[in-house]
Amino acid sequence: MTQPHLRESATFDRATIADIQRAARTGVYDIRGFGAKRRLPHFDDLLFLGASISRYPLEGYRERCDTDVVLGDRFARRPLHLQIPVTIAGMSFGALSAQAKEALGRGASEVGTSTTTGDGGMTAEERGQSTTLVYQYLPSRYGMNPADLRKADAIEVVIGQGAKPGGGGMLLGQKISERVAGMRTLPPGIDQRSACRHPDWTGPDDLAIKIQELREITDWEKPVYVKVGASRPYYDTKLAVAAGADVVVVDGMQGGTAATQDVFIENVGIPTLAAVPNAVAALRDLGLHRKVNLIVSGGIRTGADVAKALALGADAVAIGTAALVALGDQDPQHEAEYAALGSAAGFYDDYQDGRDPAGITTQDPALAARLDPVAAGQRLANYLRVITMEAQAIARACGKSHVQHLEPEDLVALTIEAAAMARVPLAGTDWIPGQGQ
Amino acid sequence: MDPVVFDLATAAVRELNAELHQPAADRYEVRNPRGAHALVAGVADPVIIDIYGTAGYYAAGMNDGATITIHGTVSTGVAENMMSGTVRVTGNASQSAGATGHGGLLVIEGSASMRCGISMKGIDIVVGGDIGPMSAFMAQAGRLVVCGDAGHGLGDSIYEARLYVRGQVKGALGADCVEKPMREEHVEEVKELLTRAGLDHDPGEFRRYGSARALYHFQAGNSGAY
Repeated sequence: MTQPHLRESATFDRATIADIQRAARTGVYDIRGFGAKRRLPHFDDLLFLGASISRYPLEGYRERCDTDVVLGDRFARRPLHLQIPVTIAGMSFGALSAQAKEALGRGASEVGTSTTTGDGGMTAEERGQSTTLVYQYLPSRYGMNPADLRKADAIEVVIGQGAKPGGGGMLLGQKISERVAGMRTLPPGIDQRSACRHPDWTGPDDLAIKIQELREITDWEKPVYVKVGASRPYYDTKLAVAAGADVVVVDGMQGGTAATQDVFIENVGIPTLAAVPNAVAALRDLGLHRKVNLIVSGGIRTGADVAKALALGADAVAIGTAALVALGDQDPQHEAEYAALGSAAGFYDDYQDGRDPAGITTQDPALAARLDPVAAGQRLANYLRVITMEAQAIARACGKSHVQHLEPEDLVALTIEAAAMARVPLAGTDWIPGQGQ
Repeated sequence: MDPVVFDLATAAVRELNAELHQPAADRYEVRNPRGAHALVAGVADPVIIDIYGTAGYYAAGMNDGATITIHGTVSTGVAENMMSGTVRVTGNASQSAGATGHGGLLVIEGSASMRCGISMKGIDIVVGGDIGPMSAFMAQAGRLVVCGDAGHGLGDSIYEARLYVRGQVKGALGADCVEKPMREEHVEEVKELLTRAGLDHDPGEFRRYGSARALYHFQAGNSGAY
């Protein structure tokens, strides 16, 4: 119990002091999983207005409010038609166990949405269990091959991710099993670096030619996504569109990671809330909003978050951390084991370490076997249904017969910061900071 | 049987690639490529293809089994991510030749620019002339044989690929790349690759480079190398 006369420094708080002590003790910076933990302006800082005399709501549980979304019909011959606007973000086999990848596929497929591969290639488990699978095309090209490219339903060219725009990756040796190493053509047990830049193109003009090649190899069938970490989303969106993307994915700084430096997670990139309006503005300025699709990720947890992202102009969202929690990450049933690792349920972030008691972020066969892919997949499906129904409930209250009909006019902000970032009025006013009103 | 001829002065690259993805013939010729990109990309059958002229980016990209000869020069990323088969360039190649290739043989009879063999994952590359700086960056597996000189930073952050250079390596080697002794099996390896490439040099004139494996595990003490 802290004594009342002891005053904690706001600058050197206990967490900061512990970080300094850890650095001094180990001589290595902190690499961890999860996403940004600092308080950031977020969707929590927005509210929906709901219907009133001037707006007509739809009857809950009676009147239709559709949730389906078509992605990638700009150039692709076979666009995706998802039943819900919530997709599963790219997470690698390697970072996750094969059971976890299978569970993601099972859960997503049950509700008619897509999953995404990650660094390390496509496994038979996830292709087999995912009705709709997006294949990531990453700088490392680990496991990349044309046969899997053709098996995919869409291709996501990854420029960066929200947890670390401008950063590559490192899968630490303890997670490099024989199978993971084989898929990546590297010796088992060594730390595997994932490059931060693509090896055969530099800059937006080259990217256009790279996308052309991917389309040629797959006979222009598959939607091509371009994923960027949120840093300069207005310009990155414009450049991705100019390069020929069907879908732009913008991942805010709350987006999760399997292994990144804490200093990177917490200090590089911009919040999802700040990124979405910029990306939408770029699409509007190009006259391509809703023609080139926008997927937003980074800190999506609830149906309210989904609805707010769509209202700001996204076509769909992607979830990663929330999906892992739905599978069983942070489950209090593992409390004793979390404690033995120096953590606790709700705080566990050592995804890089490979000792996940829940069997999700591990390659240890005994730990991974703890996760039942069928039961975990069912939990994910339940969760996806819940947040979709939540988004529908909000959309109906705003008088919308499709969740995609939500619009910025339905929103107000609780803080000046959120009003400025989201470009919606501060609640109770008509003031949008920076808009000259 | 005479080859099927695609004249890109009149036909589109899309028509060419669509045909090659479901080939009705076993031999093709491409005329007037005019630097077009993604030429004969994604071929997955053991067909024989001759391109007469200059090819653009990603020529023969992701080749998986075809024997492709480009009678001219190529731009960035020739045979990128090749899985199997043979790609031969009679002239020079631009950057990132053979990038991330998993298998097969890439022969560049002229010289190759920067980043040749970047992130190679099992491909064999034989270059008749020189290669540019930062070649074989993060090279994971496969063999790279250079009959001329190599630019600075060769093999930076290399994993298990084997590099052979007949001429000089300019400037410093890349981080964690070191010269290693040429044992008998390495001389034989170079000899076999030169023979397959159709190049005539004394294998004993080559020097071998590979990983010191000092950066395989992240350690703060190596911060100067990162």
